[in-house]
Amino acid sequence: MSAILPPSERLWWKHPLDRLEAVWIGIAFVWCMVMFFMMVFWHVYGKQNLSTETYKTTPDKFSAAAQAMVDKYTVRTETEQNIPVVAPPEGTDVYMIARLWNFWPILELQKGKTYKLHLTSMDYNHGFSLQPTNINIQVVPGYEHVIKVTPNESGTFSIVCNEYCGIGHHEMVGRMYVK
Amino acid sequence: MTVQTTYRTCPRSGLQFEKQAEALMKINAVTAVVALLVGGLLAIGVVLTRWPAVHWLAADTFYMVLTAHGIDMLIFWIIFFEVAVLYFASSTLLRCRLATPKIAWAAYALMLIGAIVNNVSVFQGSSSVMMTSYVPMMAHWSFYLGLILFAVGALIACFVFFGTLVVAKREKTYQGSVPLVTFGAITAAIIAVFTISSGAIILIPTFLMSIGLINEVDPLIYRTIWWAFGHSSQQINVAAHISIWYAVAAIAFGAKPMSERVSRGAFLLYILFLQLASAHHLLADPGISTEWKVVNTSYFMYFAVLASMIHALSIPGAMEVAQRARGYNKGLFEWLRKAPWGNPTFSGVFIALVGFGFLGGITGVMMGTEQLNLLIHNTIYVPGHFHATVVIGTTLTFMALTYFLIPVLFQREMIAPGLAKIQPYLFGFSMYFFCLVMMGAGTLGVSRRHWDMAFSGHALAYEWPGAAYLMMGLVGISGIVAIAGGAIFVYVTVMSVFFGKKLDAGVVSPKFTPLMPAAPTAAAQTYGSAGFVAPGTFVLAVFFLVTFVLYYFVNWKYLGQLWGLS
Repeated sequence: MSAILPPSERLWWKHPLDRLEAVWIGIAFVWCMVMFFMMVFWHVYGKQNLSTETYKTTPDKFSAAAQAMVDKYTVRTETEQNIPVVAPPEGTDVYMIARLWNFWPILELQKGKTYKLHLTSMDYNHGFSLQPTNINIQVVPGYEHVIKVTPNESGTFSIVCNEYCGIGHHEMVGRMYVK
Repeated sequence: MTVQTTYRTCPRSGLQFEKQAEALMKINAVTAVVALLVGGLLAIGVVLTRWPAVHWLAADTFYMVLTAHGIDMLIFWIIFFEVAVLYFASSTLLRCRLATPKIAWAAYALMLIGAIVNNVSVFQGSSSVMMTSYVPMMAHWSFYLGLILFAVGALIACFVFFGTLVVAKREKTYQGSVPLVTFGAITAAIIAVFTISSGAIILIPTFLMSIGLINEVDPLIYRTIWWAFGHSSQQINVAAHISIWYAVAAIAFGAKPMSERVSRGAFLLYILFLQLASAHHLLADPGISTEWKVVNTSYFMYFAVLASMIHALSIPGAMEVAQRARGYNKGLFEWLRKAPWGNPTFSGVFIALVGFGFLGGITGVMMGTEQLNLLIHNTIYVPGHFHATVVIGTTLTFMALTYFLIPVLFQREMIAPGLAKIQPYLFGFSMYFFCLVMMGAGTLGVSRRHWDMAFSGHALAYEWPGAAYLMMGLVGISGIVAIAGGAIFVYVTVMSVFFGKKLDAGVVSPKFTPLMPAAPTAAAQTYGSAGFVAPGTFVLAVFFLVTFVLYYFVNWKYLGQLWGLS
C-alpha cells in the first residue's frame, strides 16, 4: 500500500479515520469558519471596507467633473507643471484622475472629515497606492469607483502608481495633503 | 486493440515505462529545464535592477525582461514539466501505454512553437506588457498568438492524459482504484482544463483586437476572466506538486497515505473550490460586489484551505508513520532527524513543503482576505508570496523529482552528487530569505513591477523609509544566491542527462506487466487506532496553526489603523 500504487483495500473509503487526522480536520475546519466570518464581521463592525459603488464612465465625462471641482476649490498650484491643489469642503465629491503618467489634481483634505473620492483611469489600468499609509486600490479605465474616505492622520501623502502602465510607470507619482 | 510498443521495467525503482510515454516525458522535461534556464538568466536582470544600489538595466529593458521572466517561469517551465508529470502519473504509475502518442507529439510541437513565438515577440521589445497583459495596453499580436498556441497544446496534452486513464481501465492494467498520486494528477488536469479554457476565452478576443478585428475588450471583464487563467494555473501547480509530495513520501520512505479517504477527499475539495481563488486578484477592483468577493476569495468557505491543511498533516504524517515503523520511535522527532537529509529528492520536497505552508500558504490566505488585501494589493508583497508558492513550492518540488528521474527515467548516473546534495538547501533557504524580505518591503508599501523606487528627479517623489531600501537590497543579494542555486540544478541535471554514466535500462518486454493487487497490510487493518500515530507531525501542525492565527490577526490590527473606508 503506497501512494503510487492502487489502494490495497478495495473499500478504502469505508475505513474509519485515525484520531490524529480527525482532530486536525476538526481544528482546521473551525479555523476556516473563523476566517470566513471574520470578513463578514468586519463588514458590520470594521471601519475599513472597500466600497463597491461603481459607474461606467468615459474620459470626457470624468475630466469634466474633475475640472469643475478644480475650478471651484483650487487654493494654489504646485510644481513647475502648476498642478492645482484642491481643498474641497467636507462631504463633497472629490475627483482624482489617473493617467499616463500622473495623478491629477493634488487634493487637500481635512483630518476626520469624510469625502467621496471618485477614481478612474483615462487610459490603462493604474494603481492607487497611498503611502506611507499603505492603502492600495486598483484603478480600471471606464469604471468610476466611488469610495468614502475618512483620513485619520494629517500630513503629506504620496500616491504611487503600483500597476504597471508602460514605460513611464515609475514616474507616476502624485500627492495628497491632510490638514 | 494492440499497439506496437515496448515496456521497460526500471531495475532501480521497479517502475515500468512505456516507450512512447518515456520519450514524451523526457522531451517535455528537458524543454521545461530549458525554459527554466532562460527564465533564470532573466531573473539576474530583474533582481540586479530592483536592488537599489545596483539598478542595472535601463527601464525599457527591465520591463521587457520582467515580462519574459514571468511568462517563461510561470507558464513555460512549469507547464512543460507538468505535462511530463501527467504522463508519468498515468502511463507509468498505471503501467499502460500512452493514448494517441502522435497527438501527444503534436501537442508538444504546438506548445513549443507557442513558447518560441511568444518569447520572440517579447524580446523584440514591442510586447512589454507583463504576464498579465491587461487591456487596453496592447502587445504585438504574436504575443497572444504564442500563448494561444501553447494553451491549445497543453489542453491537448491534458486530453491525452485522460485518454491514457481510459486505456488503463480498458486494458485492465490495474485493479481497484487509481493510486493516490494519479488521483492528484487527475485533479491537476481537471483544473488545467478549466484554466486553459479561461485563457482561451479571454486571449482569443484580445488577439482579435490586436489585429484590428474587434474594437474593444472590456478592461474589467478582461481582468476577471484572465485571472481565472492566471491564478488557476497556479492551482494546477498546487495539485501537481502535492501529488509529487505523496509520491516522494512513498518512494523515499515506502510511506502509505495515512488515510486514502482523507487525502482523496482533500483533492476533491480542490476540484470543487480551488479555482474560486482567482478572486484574490480582484479584491481591490471597482464594480465587483462584496458578496462575490467574500464567497469566491474564501474558496466558498475556505474549503480549499481546509484541504491544504489536511495535506499538510497527511504527508509528513505518512512519513512519520513509516519512519516509526522502521524503529525511529524515540521522542517526538527522531523520525525527522533520521530522515534521509542527504537525498536531494527528500530534502527538496521537505524544504518545499515547509516553505510552501509557512511562507506561501499563510501569506496567501492573509492577502486573499477581502479587506486585508487593501494593505498589499500590487505591492512587492505579492511576488514575495508567489515566489514562496511557485518557486519554493512547485519549482523546488519539480527539481527534487528530477533528481529521482535522472537514474530512473533518463537512466544516467548523476554527475556531481555532492553538488546535488547541497542544491536544495542553497536554493530553498535563499528563496525563503528572498520571499521574507520581499514581503517585508511589500508591507512597507514598495510597489511591484517598478523600475525606480527613488522616483529620481521627480518633483513629487516619494521617499520610501530606509528599511524599504534595506529590504530591497537584501532581495537583490538573496536573489543572486537563489539564482546560483538554480544554476547548480541546471548544471547537474543537464550534464547528467547528456554526459552521465549510462545505467542499465532494465528488462524490455513487448507486453505490460499488470499491477497486482497488494495484500492488505497489517498497518492498513489498524486504521482508526485510538492513539495518535504521528504525534511529532501533530506538534508541527499546531505550531503552524499558531503562527497562522497570530499573523492573520496582526494584519487585522494593522488594517484597523488605516483611514476609514466605506
